[in-house]
Amino acid sequence: MLYLQLFISFFKIGLFGFGGGLAILSLIQHEVLAYGWMTEKEFVDIVAISQVTPGPIGINCATYVGYTATQSVWGSVLATGAMILPGLIIMLAVCKVYQVLRTRFADNLYFQNTLRYLRFAVLGLIAAAALLLVTPATFIDPYSTILFAAVFVLTILPQLIRSPRPALQRTLSVLSHPILLIVLAGVAGYIIYS
Amino acid sequence: MLLQLFWTYLKVGTFTLGGGYAMLPLIQREVVDYRRWIDETEFLNMIALAQSAPGLIAVNSAIFIGYQVGAKHISPTKGRVLSRMYPYMAVAAAVAGAVLPSFVIILAIAMVFANYSHLPAVEAVMKGVRPAVVALIAAPLLRMAMKANNPKPFRDGGIALLTWSLAAAMLIWLAHVSPVYIILATIVLALLCTWLGEHHRMRHNKAAK
Repeated sequence: MLYLQLFISFFKIGLFGFGGGLAILSLIQHEVLAYGWMTEKEFVDIVAISQVTPGPIGINCATYVGYTATQSVWGSVLATGAMILPGLIIMLAVCKVYQVLRTRFADNLYFQNTLRYLRFAVLGLIAAAALLLVTPATFIDPYSTILFAAVFVLTILPQLIRSPRPALQRTLSVLSHPILLIVLAGVAGYIIYS
Repeated sequence: MLLQLFWTYLKVGTFTLGGGYAMLPLIQREVVDYRRWIDETEFLNMIALAQSAPGLIAVNSAIFIGYQVGAKHISPTKGRVLSRMYPYMAVAAAVAGAVLPSFVIILAIAMVFANYSHLPAVEAVMKGVRPAVVALIAAPLLRMAMKANNPKPFRDGGIALLTWSLAAAMLIWLAHVSPVYIILATIVLALLCTWLGEHHRMRHNKAAK
């Protein structure tokens, strides 16, 4: 039963997961929290682990959730497979009709507009994913807010400031790297809380 | 050939940190520049397709490239059944290569992390990391909003669509609506608006005549 639920949930996530990893997070979050497969804290932890390990975030989450929900490797295999399956079916169909698709669909107004609208919906999905994670479990004290603000600012800084000096620009973009920021936040956490 | 595909994707999957988008430039270098399996125009078309289809971009691109490469390199000496199956075997090889590294690493972490997550030191580190993760999810929104408005910034209903983004966020956040319904509603809305727009334009054209 648990395996069937896992399969259906991750099939749904794969089928409706438009717009890449961050957008898929919102779907995963909704499913795992609805079924109680993970707590909010665990979910944030796995997102953090996904950021510092190789590979697509969606695969990382599916593998982790599959294992923690069933305590078995097969749960991971099932969840990851279920997530890939819709894309596999659709992409293979696309490959079959690729030549027709390229000429007919590329300029189709309905197709184009749907993709454009979805890009905006994905913005909402990601914003909701972030907002849902602002809870007492993640923001425990004023230090949390400071860390949040620091990481947020460092991430968007290279886009806000277009420095004429390439060295400064390079430093900024190095500082905005998600892996470095997570490691730094981890070090800060260790210093503050232990 | 199959092994090469598997190996290429395994390499890219192992050495790219930070999600599917980070994989694309590396895949391009391997598949277009180094192996010359497909040319650059085809690669760019592929990215557009992989992004339009639901699912993970890295995996979708592996499916597409696997299929194209497999279809192109069918050896005439093999039997008919084997030749037919070849593109699908190539897809399987590429997808397995793309998924396997993160699957194995995360599985190992999932097995180990649960045992150590209650240690005070680990918990202290995670307390610092958690708000940072929320910031990392929220921070790209600004750039994505600008990109979603491309190529016409805030025209053609860009403001209305941003309102829809906001409404979607509120519905999921406060009303706990499933993102699945938001996606479905968006598709219906897009088709409806396009149909209305076309209808209006046709009537307008008729009136002008």
